[in-house]
Amino acid sequence: MTNRTVLVLVDPATSSEGVRSSVLELLTLGRSLGRVEAVTLEAPTVEALAQLGAYGVETVHQAELPPEQQGDARHLPAVVGATLAAAVRLTDADVVLAPSTFATKEATALAARDLGAGLVIDASGLAEDGEGGIVATKRVFAGAWDTTSRVLTDVAVATLRANAVVPEPAEAAVKTDVEGFAVTVDAPAVRVVERTATERTSDRPTLEEAALVVAGGRGTDGDFGPVTEFADALGAAVGASRDAVFEGWFDRYIGQTGVTIAPRLYVGAGISGAPHHRGGMQAAQVIVAVNSDPEAPIFEICDFAVVGDLATVLPQAAERIKAHKDAQAG
Amino acid sequence: MRIVVAVKYVPDINAERKFADCRVVRDPAEGTLNELDENAIEAALRIVEGLDETEREASETVAVTVAPPEGDVALRKAYQMGVDRGVRVSDDALAGSDYFGTTAALAAAVRRLESEAPVDLVVTGMAALDGLGSVVPALLAAELGRPALTFAKQVGVAGGTLTITRVTDEATETLAAPLPAVLSVADTANTPRFPNFKLIMAARTKQIEEWSAADVGLDAAAVGAAGARTETVDAAPRPPRPEVELVTDKGEGGTALADFLIRNELV
Ligand SMILES: Cc1cc2nc3c(=O)[nH]c(=O)nc-3n(C[C@H](O)[C@H](O)[C@H](O)COP(=O)(O)OP(=O)(O)OC[C@H]3O[C@@H](n4cnc5c(N)ncnc54)[C@H](O)[C@@H]3O)c2cc1C
Ligand SMILES: Nc1ncnc2c1ncn2[C@@H]1O[C@H](COP(=O)(O)O)[C@@H](O)[C@H]1O
Repeated sequence: MTNRTVLVLVDPATSSEGVRSSVLELLTLGRSLGRVEAVTLEAPTVEALAQLGAYGVETVHQAELPPEQQGDARHLPAVVGATLAAAVRLTDADVVLAPSTFATKEATALAARDLGAGLVIDASGLAEDGEGGIVATKRVFAGAWDTTSRVLTDVAVATLRANAVVPEPAEAAVKTDVEGFAVTVDAPAVRVVERTATERTSDRPTLEEAALVVAGGRGTDGDFGPVTEFADALGAAVGASRDAVFEGWFDRYIGQTGVTIAPRLYVGAGISGAPHHRGGMQAAQVIVAVNSDPEAPIFEICDFAVVGDLATVLPQAAERIKAHKDAQAG
Repeated sequence: MRIVVAVKYVPDINAERKFADCRVVRDPAEGTLNELDENAIEAALRIVEGLDETEREASETVAVTVAPPEGDVALRKAYQMGVDRGVRVSDDALAGSDYFGTTAALAAAVRRLESEAPVDLVVTGMAALDGLGSVVPALLAAELGRPALTFAKQVGVAGGTLTITRVTDEATETLAAPLPAVLSVADTANTPRFPNFKLIMAARTKQIEEWSAADVGLDAAAVGAAGARTETVDAAPRPPRPEVELVTDKGEGGTALADFLIRNELV
């Protein structure tokens, strides 16, 4: 490990569970590359600060934005991008890490452009190579290939997919200070007419960060009951295929144009396994499918599969899992 | 209204996609227009179709791709859908470009078009299905010094203002910016039209303009492998998964599924 400085974007700084697990992963990964500092655009809560301290973050750099960029405008990629670039200049950082979301991809790209830095989007890992440079691995072509790329510039900017590493607190917790720094944004103005933050009221884990995911497709014929019941028995997040979402049966879909996931377990029920869908889930460690068609393409990438009707298979599996959990608890 | 649509030529997602010498293999038999750019073309065509007749008559839609000559496949498809003009920027110096090199070439092509007459809007897809970066639209806007409204689900143009609604993982937003601007559309924005027979026939003989790096005033050292800030040093296919354990449900399928999960400590 060298004396590198690694900046991690903590944005938004808080959610109901404190710092998001995807960010805790980046802090863990960042510690293997150097000294980790955090960048935020809003004041962290006391809980979030304690968590950052536990993960070894001594300094949180909080952006002080011009009045016209505060409020809803502070979520604009141009504002987040300018903040990241300014933070790198302030700290002389070598690496910038952000979780992969549509908005952070744009923000990190704009920061990399500003800094003349190399950019890696959707990395599944980041490490130091023999010569002290940064190399990133990526899973591409719907999970069929692994690539490794070397960053050729002094500063490396990367977004990482969730579940790339297991989050682990630092050996010793540290005291965390918040330091303000001024940010100016000179991008052409975009006006935020209206913004409603998505409320995740569900008791289920968040789709992109969950370790276990159950997804339903057209084969549910509109009834997601068996899918959610099975997911809840497992304690899994729920997702869908795009077709199921376009039908209005569920709100979020997995795939190349939807959410990309890399959980420990993916279960697809009534999903054929189209390439667009695979692109978003093929990085899962264990893949399971329930499909009534013995020729379903998804079987090609499965570890385990049941040929059958999901409306009977899933409830039976849910019962068995509940019984197993009860037996363990008792 | 003059609209440029940026379209990418990519390996067909249904074909076997591969790398050779750390570069994506772009086999012309299996290359196609990036499907998500059909949404971009559709959005551009609808904006023009929504104008009054005089404005519509005076409008032009130009599809631009940065690609080797095989990329004409993408432009032919754009012609089939109904764009007025197709431009391909090709140069050996562009091979190995990263996001920034591609963006520089696209921006240079837009500037050249702008030297003929103003360009009001640049429309892109939400992502290229080969690299899935989703960053070129924002970078292109920055390069051109224009506002970026990205990932649009709904698009409106009125009185020189572009307004979009977008739904991201974080929020539902309505954003507005003055033209000229850069717009990227999500796959939820529209359903791309099927080309009609007349346009398919006409597309066959439509001219494709070919511009080199020099033609658009690009510094060859700043793009392609020479200007790239990252370099792919290894690309390997994933090892095949072990044979699937397939259970046919005869009344015990659910139990078998649960047992598999329990056995593998996933419960
Ligand atoms: C540009 C573009 C981007 C796209 N992006 C995405 C994306 O990000 N994510 C995505 O998911 N899709 C995406 N799609 C759509 C994708 O191509 C497929 O159309 C979609 O994934 C199919 O959804 P499905 O598997 O639910 O439906 P289908 O393909 O219709 O499959 C339904 C399956 O259910 C099975 N079935 C039926 N009844 C039962 C039953 N009772 N029990 C068990 N099994 C049953 C059938 O055998 C079948 O295999 C995209 C498409 C395009 C053009
Ligand atoms: N080589 C290219 N030529 C033309 N347009 C491109 C090219 N690369 C990317 N684009 C445009 O930028 C969008 C997003 O691409 P990307 O950022 O690579 O995922 C695509 O949907 C295209 O509209």
